[in-house]
Amino acid sequence: MDLLTPDLGLLFWQLVVFLGLFFILRAFAWGPIVSSLHERENNIQSALDLAEKTRVEMTAMQANNEKLLAEARQEREAILRGAKETADKMVADSREKAEVEGKRILEQAREAMQNERQALVTQMKKEVVTLSLDIAEKVLRKELNDKSTQEKLVSDMVANSRLN
Amino acid sequence: MMQSSIKKFLIAITLILSSLGVVMAQEGHEGHAAGHEPAKKEKFDVGGMIMHHIKDDHGWEFAHGLTLPLPVILYSQDRGLEVFSSAHLAHGEVYNGYKNEHGKIHRVTETGALDEEAKVYDFSITKNVASLLLSAVIMILLFSAVTKGYTANKGKAPKGIQSFLEPIILFVRDEIAKGSIGPKYEKFLPYLLTLFFFILINNLLGLLPGAANLTGNIAVTLVLAVITFLIVTFNGNKHYWMHLVRPTGVPLPLLIVMIPVEIVGVFMKPISLMIRLFANITAGHIIILSLLGLIFMANAMAGTTTSVAISPVVMFFTLFLNLIELIVAFLQAFIFTLLTAMYIGSAVEEHHSHEADHGAHGTTSELG
Repeated sequence: MDLLTPDLGLLFWQLVVFLGLFFILRAFAWGPIVSSLHERENNIQSALDLAEKTRVEMTAMQANNEKLLAEARQEREAILRGAKETADKMVADSREKAEVEGKRILEQAREAMQNERQALVTQMKKEVVTLSLDIAEKVLRKELNDKSTQEKLVSDMVANSRLN
Repeated sequence: MMQSSIKKFLIAITLILSSLGVVMAQEGHEGHAAGHEPAKKEKFDVGGMIMHHIKDDHGWEFAHGLTLPLPVILYSQDRGLEVFSSAHLAHGEVYNGYKNEHGKIHRVTETGALDEEAKVYDFSITKNVASLLLSAVIMILLFSAVTKGYTANKGKAPKGIQSFLEPIILFVRDEIAKGSIGPKYEKFLPYLLTLFFFILINNLLGLLPGAANLTGNIAVTLVLAVITFLIVTFNGNKHYWMHLVRPTGVPLPLLIVMIPVEIVGVFMKPISLMIRLFANITAGHIIILSLLGLIFMANAMAGTTTSVAISPVVMFFTLFLNLIELIVAFLQAFIFTLLTAMYIGSAVEEHHSHEADHGAHGTTSELG
């Protein structure tokens, strides 16, 4: 059993035991170990991939949300602006209409007043004529109570008409 | 980039340690020859003690006087298979016509002289074989526990012994097998894993006090190297063989030199594997035993007081070397497996540059 010369017995046993160990471990240990390591790595990788995909989707969704939000805000502003415009327009319209109406009513009133005054003036004229005639009649009646005056008047009138 | 530089660094360290190891082993061998001279018997025989520890033996001596007898199995043409306990051969006794001479069992004649004529094949369960069987049992128990962890805990985080070994298994798979062999690594992974853990566990077992020096035995490393050699040879592709007879980019006159070099290289690779592991582990054992031997030498030469005085220093260095041996145990398992993977990788590698070479040849010939 020298240091540098291999012994036959140990060579034999080493070969038998090592090969036996190799085949036993290959059949019962390395197969399951290596395949489950592989499987677990795949699981971890797919989980990581899924997480990454979800993250990307989340980002996209968030961007989409923001876009939607921005659109909604814009729309709201547009609606508000439209509503304000409409309201302003309505106010302006009604003011205009009211102005026109007011003018029309004023015009009407003025016209009515004019008519009224015309009628009043006509009435007054008539009244004044009637009143003057009445007064003249009363004066005449009083003047013509005696015969002499009546004759004098007639003669005056005849005289006047002859002149004409 | 980082990983490859670490790998190169580790390989460089191992190669340096290996060369040291060979020197140490040779010194140890000389010491052994000197140790058996009867004139030195009264002095403490360090060489003999060291050789006794690092070499194989019939019977497992845990401590002085505490020896576990192991079965001796002999085969000879005339007497067939014989099995008996090694206790019968202890202390140079003759049993059944057999005598244990320097750890080797010889047939003896009736007069007591060694019978060199009779061929005896020794298949005994020696200390190393017993240790080998023990390590095989340990590995099977260990990895059946790990496998059970993987099947019982399917899809869950590893725990217990499984989580302890998983990084090592992953290291062998990713750094050694995938890195050196490439995409075809899966076919060779069982062998590499078995090899790695076999060497590692036996290296570590060898560090225990009273344990056998299994991975520091040349028969063990020889078998491992031969298996690696056979795997490389039988998996060599066309390019691997073409490279031997026609290395790319070598000028024609140099081929006279290069072809023998390449062919020698094929055999040198497993031989270097064999020697590296054997020498490293044996050297580590020799250094530790030499240090401990200092105490006993001091005792024999200068008396008890001196030996007690130097003991703490020696213990410190021994402890330090034991820690280094722990690193070496891992490192050598790694190096053996890595180099095996690299040799396999060089045998199965697909060379695209070779194809490109052919293409270039085609164009030039067409132009011509």
